[in-house]
Amino acid sequence: MAHVTGDWNPLGQVFYRKQEIYTLGWRDIDLDKFVVAAAPYGGPVALIRDETKLVRVQGSIRPVIYIYTSSGREISSIRWNSGHVIHLGWSCSEELLCVQEDGSVLVYDIFGQFKRTFSMGTEAKEMKVRDCRIFNSHQGTGLAVMTSSYRIFMVNNVDEPRIRRMADVPGLDAPPSSWVVISQDRQSRVLLARENDLYLLDHGGQYSRQLAPVSQQVEAYTEMAVSFNNKYLALFTNTGLLWIGSSDLERAYCEFDTKCPQRPKQLAWCGTGAIVGYWENILLMVGPGKDYVKYNVDSTVHLVPELDGLRILSNYSHEFLHKVPSVVECVFKIGSIEPGAMLYEASREFQNGSPKADEYIRMIQDRLTVAVDQCIQAAGCEHEPTTQRMLLRAASFGKCFLSDMNPEPFVRMCRTLRVLNSVRDFTIGIPLSCAQLEQLSMPVLIDRLVLRRQYPLAIRVCQYLKMPEAEGVSRILAHWACYKVQQTHVDDELIARSINEKLRDTPGISYSEIAAKAAECGRTELAIRLLEYEPKSAEQVPLLMKMGRDQLALAKAVDSGDTDLVYTVVMHLKEKLTLGDFLMTIRNLPTAQSLYLQYCKEQNREMLQDLYYQEDNFQESANCRVMDSYNETRMDERLRNLQQAQEAYTKARNEFAAKVTEEQVRLLKYQMRLEEELKRPYLDLSLHDTISQLTTEGNHKLAEQLRKEFKVPDKRFWWLKILTL
Amino acid sequence: MAASHLSGGRVNLAILREAARKELLECLDKCDGTKAVVWDEQLTGPFGLIAEYSLLKEHEVDKMFQLRPGRLPAANVNNIIFLCRPKLALMEIVAQNILKEEETGGSRKEFHIFFVPRKSLLCEQKLKELGVYGTFSNVDEYTLDLIPFDSDLLSMEIDSTFRDCYLEDDMTSMYYAAKSLMSVQALYGIIPTICGKGDCARHVADMMLRMRRELAGTEPQITPQIDCLLLLDRTVDLMTPLPTQLTYEGLIDEIFGINNTSVKLPPEKFASAKQQTGGPQEMPTEPKKLVLNSAEELYAEARDRNFHAIGPLLSRKAKLISAQFEERHGAKTVGEIKQFVSRLPHMQAAKISLANHTTIAEMIKEVTDSDHFMESLTVQQEFLNGIDTDKVNPYIEDCIARKEPIIKILRLVCIQSVANNGLKQKALDYYKREILQTYGYEHLITLNNLERAGLLTLQKQRTYPTTRKTLRLMVDDVSEQNPNDISYVFSGYAPLSVRLAQFLARPGWRSIEEVLRILPGPTFEEAQRIPVGLRKKRTSVGGGSESPKVTLVYFLGGVTYAEIAALRFLSQQEDSASDYIIATTKIINGHTWLEGLMDTLCPAPFPDTSTTSKSKGRG
Repeated sequence: MAHVTGDWNPLGQVFYRKQEIYTLGWRDIDLDKFVVAAAPYGGPVALIRDETKLVRVQGSIRPVIYIYTSSGREISSIRWNSGHVIHLGWSCSEELLCVQEDGSVLVYDIFGQFKRTFSMGTEAKEMKVRDCRIFNSHQGTGLAVMTSSYRIFMVNNVDEPRIRRMADVPGLDAPPSSWVVISQDRQSRVLLARENDLYLLDHGGQYSRQLAPVSQQVEAYTEMAVSFNNKYLALFTNTGLLWIGSSDLERAYCEFDTKCPQRPKQLAWCGTGAIVGYWENILLMVGPGKDYVKYNVDSTVHLVPELDGLRILSNYSHEFLHKVPSVVECVFKIGSIEPGAMLYEASREFQNGSPKADEYIRMIQDRLTVAVDQCIQAAGCEHEPTTQRMLLRAASFGKCFLSDMNPEPFVRMCRTLRVLNSVRDFTIGIPLSCAQLEQLSMPVLIDRLVLRRQYPLAIRVCQYLKMPEAEGVSRILAHWACYKVQQTHVDDELIARSINEKLRDTPGISYSEIAAKAAECGRTELAIRLLEYEPKSAEQVPLLMKMGRDQLALAKAVDSGDTDLVYTVVMHLKEKLTLGDFLMTIRNLPTAQSLYLQYCKEQNREMLQDLYYQEDNFQESANCRVMDSYNETRMDERLRNLQQAQEAYTKARNEFAAKVTEEQVRLLKYQMRLEEELKRPYLDLSLHDTISQLTTEGNHKLAEQLRKEFKVPDKRFWWLKILTL
Repeated sequence: MAASHLSGGRVNLAILREAARKELLECLDKCDGTKAVVWDEQLTGPFGLIAEYSLLKEHEVDKMFQLRPGRLPAANVNNIIFLCRPKLALMEIVAQNILKEEETGGSRKEFHIFFVPRKSLLCEQKLKELGVYGTFSNVDEYTLDLIPFDSDLLSMEIDSTFRDCYLEDDMTSMYYAAKSLMSVQALYGIIPTICGKGDCARHVADMMLRMRRELAGTEPQITPQIDCLLLLDRTVDLMTPLPTQLTYEGLIDEIFGINNTSVKLPPEKFASAKQQTGGPQEMPTEPKKLVLNSAEELYAEARDRNFHAIGPLLSRKAKLISAQFEERHGAKTVGEIKQFVSRLPHMQAAKISLANHTTIAEMIKEVTDSDHFMESLTVQQEFLNGIDTDKVNPYIEDCIARKEPIIKILRLVCIQSVANNGLKQKALDYYKREILQTYGYEHLITLNNLERAGLLTLQKQRTYPTTRKTLRLMVDDVSEQNPNDISYVFSGYAPLSVRLAQFLARPGWRSIEEVLRILPGPTFEEAQRIPVGLRKKRTSVGGGSESPKVTLVYFLGGVTYAEIAALRFLSQQEDSASDYIIATTKIINGHTWLEGLMDTLCPAPFPDTSTTSKSKGRG
């Protein structure tokens, strides 16, 4: 193995290295003939034929957009049959944004599936878009277009496009020399150069003229580049001067004369420490201390800035240019006497069975913790698994000499590297560095695996990292199932079965979400089958109702025991069906029916009677009539109600109730007569009280008459007499 | 109010209160600025146990009103918050309040409504119909289900559970009960075993298991603190609420009524005790309100005793306290005096507590010594013993003839009916007729309700004697002073429900399978799978010192203080197989229970009369 420092190039005080991460899998691709758009964080690469270049036309003249992984494996291609595409780019959720000349933006996923579209406004449509920038804003992915009238329109988040017009630049009647978007302090501004004038535009309609602290006379700024973190800016003038400073133009770090007035094909930051210009066959890296490194390239390349470096795509290989991290420098720099380097040496000697190992360890005995730490960190910065392994072995060797070392960082690094190595694999093609993963976070990485339909790997990562099932495995399986139901060529039965087989024992799966997706694809039957597996009735029922399976919805609601849910369906049915159908429907489910009865008791007495009638429930019907009778304000109505009640009681074979109701009617009539005759209130006294009152009033004859008529037992009658008199 | 008395049990119920408090404050904090809270009357009591006024004040609650028809009292606040049960009748009042408030104009107010414990579609729909739904900035729920009453007692305080479930077939409250058990499990861990008896119990258990499935994977990882859940339907034991409770607490509830652990007592007695020296003073007219819970040492000791044991207890305590006060003479050194003084506040409190309970006990004694009480009790005991249950009882006849309170009559008749598995047609019709003729035909519906609920029915197969015998419901030689069996709570009758709990713990329900078959509703036992890591570690070495398991007994449809006392008695036994926590939908007694089953019908006023009586849907 070549020495690790072999590919290091000094740039001032620090080193940079360019490592090949993939030999690209694409064949017959000449980047020179394509417009390239590569997503950051090792994302996918989109290619479309560059129409400014002459090519021999083969077959259709319709352009094709090819989407590749970072390792050059084709994922999909889109046969373009829409308008003229002037720019391609990726959003932070790895959606392909195709900006057309008419200002409309078409959004595709990495499999070339159309997702949605939005427009950059009528002015952009009428005036045509001539240039476009895609950038990271504080809200997500932003997009700015320049029309042929040199006006700039911007959205800060392509997921929720809200178009803002940027301030006009006075007297701009020709294409600007160059422009970029700088996104800082929760605001995105445009920095635009008109020859040697710099303007900073914001969406509030304000512009301010900026003066770059450049020492030489400048005619025009022909190129500019903002660093990944938006903090640094590089300007290139038509005299070949490269200026590096802060993005607010307050501070200048250096001016470097490239002696090449020709505008670079691409100007991009390598992390935050150096700027790289690309001219035909040459890459020039300039550091802030006027140091530079020159690389020769033998074919067309494309530069993809990352937060900690720069990826270089060429026809055959994919390389990563980045600063050698300081821990790596500590361990591997030739002649380094850092503890990490010593430990690394010790470990190597130990493996060779050499007693020198002991010597080295003794040298750094008191700094062993630092040494282990350095080796662990350095392993994280290495791309090559063999190097990683050697470093980790050194760390674990060092750990043996320490009694109270926290094992957590070591374990964590091993896990992280394992995940990183597996996603870096050629077949997956996500060349993330450790620093990038930290920024991106593990859940997002898993999302990206899901997005690539790498479900098994995603699940294995979750299981390996022991993520809680609800946010890990379950979520991935749900995504898989959603994808599965979209395979319209597969039979319903088969899909339902295969989904259930996989998902059966996984907790926290939302079958209703999958079913909703199926319903969206017009597969109602499949959706219903899937809903069968949904344990949450509260989610099952509304969807069933939406799909028109009301009977089933009602049954499920009843099963759940949630009466509110039952009412939801019942009320929905009542609105939807004719009364007869409605009553027949709920009749089959006693729970639903009794709930509806309960509702009617409070809200709709007439319906209540109808329902009892339908069910031949004479007993309840009679009870209901009795209750109603007490609400009547007219005596004849009241009597009529009671008589109806009596009839109903008879039908219900409740002879006792029928008899006493009849008695009640008789008593009421009697009382009315009494009131008329005696001009005193008797109504609604009980029989007992009526007799008692009559006795008090001395109407013993009438009392006796009542006693006989209503067959009051002697015992009670005499008690009454005793108590009254 | 301090909540220290909640944390004394095996399972710390103060956590439940804390969770409820937190949620209430979260609800309040959803509304920015000063607030006025409009309470559903039924909720003020339970809420008093969750959060005190000063706490609400800290969260900018300036005013509190009762929910009443008409206009809200003027209040200069930003928010008006309605807190109410999801009942349709209340929605009309809420709407009226809002419309009146909007009419008045003035400063712009935001309206919020929180349903307790759940939102209801029907209520929301009603609010829409009434045209006020849109004015709410917040329509949400406050999931207060089980309210901690004491260190071993939880209640949902939902009034109409029994009626809803057995008369109206409306199982909404069972859904709430299942949800409440889910919140218990969220705080205290999944309960490994669920046993139960009765249709509602089965329903609740099914819903619980289902809800657990719905939760899948998101359960809190807590070691179970409760070992067993026993769900009991009130229908399984219709008898126990009917006879007069004879424990101290039970009698206080029977005579004065305990609501949310506080009782209102006639003030005269207390006035005389306090103001002996003041000469002829104005009698206080406000009833005296006392909080009754285990925070009061004396009450904790007295409440579950048979009332006959209260006299000796109080006199013993009186002697103890006076002896303690005498100690001051013995205090010689400054140190001793200091020690004495430091004990003084505690002793003073004990003295006041003793005085209060002596007064209450005197008031109760007045009632229990009366002939009415004794006669009624004798009849109850006869019925419970199965004596003359199939004949018309002359004492009941006399009571009806004297037109004594109808509920007393109904209680007695129901005891007779239940003890006899229903009455013969002739006796039944006779009672019913007597009742209707004496108290008015409007009680016909009530009688029908009692029949449906199984309390007053036609004779069926006589199984009660078997039940009584197998479960030893009647115990002759029970000691009221030093009880050795739960039957002391009714001076001889052991509550069936508690016997079931007792048998479940030891020797197990298998020994009483025959009786369980007789009792209505399914019997079941379910095991809930607990993740291995969370299972209780049974101490393998010297297993004897192991503390007994904890059983949560959930009474669906209400529980009486006598049953609570009996369960506490079981917990306290030295060789007890289980400690008990009691939960219920509502704490009841025979009076409130039957009242809930009555339909009080009043005739609508005829246009020509000027009576003001109006009709009410239900009692």
